Amino acid sequence: MATLTYRDALNQALREEMQRDPNVFLMGEEVGVYQGAYKVSRGLLEEFGPMRIVDTPIAELGFAGIGVGAAMGGLRPVIEFMTWNFAVLALDQIVNSAAKILYESGGQVPIPIVFRGPNGAALQLGAQHSQAWESWLSHIPGLKVVAPATPADAKGLLKSAIRDNNPVIVLEGEMLYNNKGEVPEGEHIVPIGQADVKRPGRDVTLICHSKTVAVALKAADQLAEREGVSAEVLDLRSLRPLDEPAILASVARTNRAVVVEEGWPHAGLGAQVVDVIQREAFDQLDAPVLRVTQADVPMPYNKQLERLAKASPERVVAAVRRVLYLD
Amino acid sequence: MEALSPTMEEGRVVKWHKQDGDPVKTGETLAEVETDKAVMDLVARADGVLRQVAVAEGQTVPVGSVVAVIASPGETVGVSVAAAPPPAAAPSGGGMRDAGSGMRDAGGMAPTLADVARVKASPLAKRIAREAGVDLKLVTGSGPGGRVVKRDVEGSASRALAPAAAPAVVESHPASRIPHPAPLGLPLPERTGAAYQDVPLTQIRKTIAKRLATSLGPIPHFFLTTEVDMERAADARDALNKQLGDQGKVSFNDIIIKATALALTKHPACNAWFQETHIRYWHEVHIGMAVAVEDGLITPVIRNAELKSLADIGREAKELAEKARSRRLQPTEYTGSTFSVSNLGMFDIDQFTAVINPPEAGILAVGSIVQKPVVVDGQPAARRRMRITMSCDHRVIDGATGAAFLKTLKQMLENPLAMLL
Repeated sequence: MATLTYRDALNQALREEMQRDPNVFLMGEEVGVYQGAYKVSRGLLEEFGPMRIVDTPIAELGFAGIGVGAAMGGLRPVIEFMTWNFAVLALDQIVNSAAKILYESGGQVPIPIVFRGPNGAALQLGAQHSQAWESWLSHIPGLKVVAPATPADAKGLLKSAIRDNNPVIVLEGEMLYNNKGEVPEGEHIVPIGQADVKRPGRDVTLICHSKTVAVALKAADQLAEREGVSAEVLDLRSLRPLDEPAILASVARTNRAVVVEEGWPHAGLGAQVVDVIQREAFDQLDAPVLRVTQADVPMPYNKQLERLAKASPERVVAAVRRVLYLD
Repeated sequence: MEALSPTMEEGRVVKWHKQDGDPVKTGETLAEVETDKAVMDLVARADGVLRQVAVAEGQTVPVGSVVAVIASPGETVGVSVAAAPPPAAAPSGGGMRDAGSGMRDAGGMAPTLADVARVKASPLAKRIAREAGVDLKLVTGSGPGGRVVKRDVEGSASRALAPAAAPAVVESHPASRIPHPAPLGLPLPERTGAAYQDVPLTQIRKTIAKRLATSLGPIPHFFLTTEVDMERAADARDALNKQLGDQGKVSFNDIIIKATALALTKHPACNAWFQETHIRYWHEVHIGMAVAVEDGLITPVIRNAELKSLADIGREAKELAEKARSRRLQPTEYTGSTFSVSNLGMFDIDQFTAVINPPEAGILAVGSIVQKPVVVDGQPAARRRMRITMSCDHRVIDGATGAAFLKTLKQMLENPLAMLL
């Protein structure tokens, strides 16, 4: 198995899917000549030409709409947003067109489109460019949402997203693109809707996705070393649909859960996970489920404040101590 | 009034150790309370001064009612706890209950009572407690605000193995409960004018009545009897006691308990509880030993009797029986048995049938050891013989299953060396 960066795993998925299916094409700002703001599309223009690797003007609503129209016409567009902060401008096409056309056409017109790009905070990008959009996007019926944390999952989920006949949102991460991991070559598919136990444990389940998987794993290490606590790390991978059986199976093993998420606490994705647990695993719970989220403020630019505002291993450890009644 | 035993619904204050105005510390005994099982200490749950003692000695009140208030020194207790009525000459449960609810309505006491009544426990702790039969009211919570969490219930369950529903009482005199119908055409004589005495039910008698009504009715009993030759058991006992000297004493009952426990390990199908949706087969053997006490009976438990030496069983049985008779058994000492033994041999009863101690699936009724003529190797001989009768819950144990267990038990008693196998 080759060791690849997250960005190259995405690149491999795009390349393989474009080789496999001539209807697949990539469109977005700087995806062609510049080879992607984060170099995800490196080498693709050379291989597939400007008809399939399409540079666009800075006009998110416009090229998202072109993508939806192309999908209606039978193509399989992959729309890259330089960041999901800019995709806010395209929400009308995503929410009102892509997510609804299958429904409003009485099931006649599928929209096999992928919207992808980095989501959430990176480092000192300021309040407007440091936002996590998963709870907004997961809210919408008609969309599927995935958030891979590892290079292997990035490749497997992007391939699934491209092959899916529904609009699929792929949430990547600027801080993830350089991460390395083993990636299976060729046909490697991660089905949408399957969570993954990234570390098994007995005492508490840390439910996380995307960048918070690393936060949870680090917290699990600290808990094992300092507290003798065995934490299970469950990577959701898909945010809509949620893998409820995997969540419930893990909580049944550990009886306690902490949800670790990017994004703000109010109406956040973790609230949805907590709802599943309290409803379906009530009798398994030994403690209320706690959430570790981003602070309920616009992301500070100041480096120290930004660090304190993000979900951190220290805050996860503190929450775990509370659900284990160690304090 | 705290629930001081798993099945306690009301308690009678036997004696106050502290009086109105006495300073009290957490953990100090405030009063002795007679529960349905034993006389237990009611201890202070806070530091302060005892005020407004509302229940007189001899009076019975329901669990959850106010017996007194612990106030801070100098605090004026704004709540008036209605003075409880003096104990009636012939107290009736209903009347006392009314007295209790009357106090419940008194002024601002309601929130306190609500706090007392509601046990905060995690959903998981509640489920474990329900399955293990642990009464959450008796478990001290270690979570925030006293929340009972998994570790608290597990600790308590492993200490007690104790079904709240677990009855600690075994009836061994079925004759007294089998109704004797009047012969046809001969109405029972009217007893008008005859002298009689109504004796109020004691707590233990109430519990015996309630528990046993849940046994022979709902549980389909059947009975298996066999006669055991006790010659070699008697020889073994004499030899062991000679060896022990003044180090202790082994009784026939100790040998029977040990043999029963060992036979159960070989027949786990008889070491079981019938539950609504499943049969629970225990991996350990805890033998309940019926002990007659002044106004009833109780079954203290010899835990893991299969692993204990005869001398240990003898010591433990003696100690538990003494505690039972002085009504000082703790709940953990009379709950959690998986099978019971009731012995009426000392009353010269040849043979009897015992009522199952639910949720156990079986009980062994042991008669007296009598010398009688039997045929041994074709020749009449005088042998010491004992009749044992096993009552089986037919929902759990079938005839052949029970018979196989009884055969193993008989072999062990007839040849005590078999217990070493």
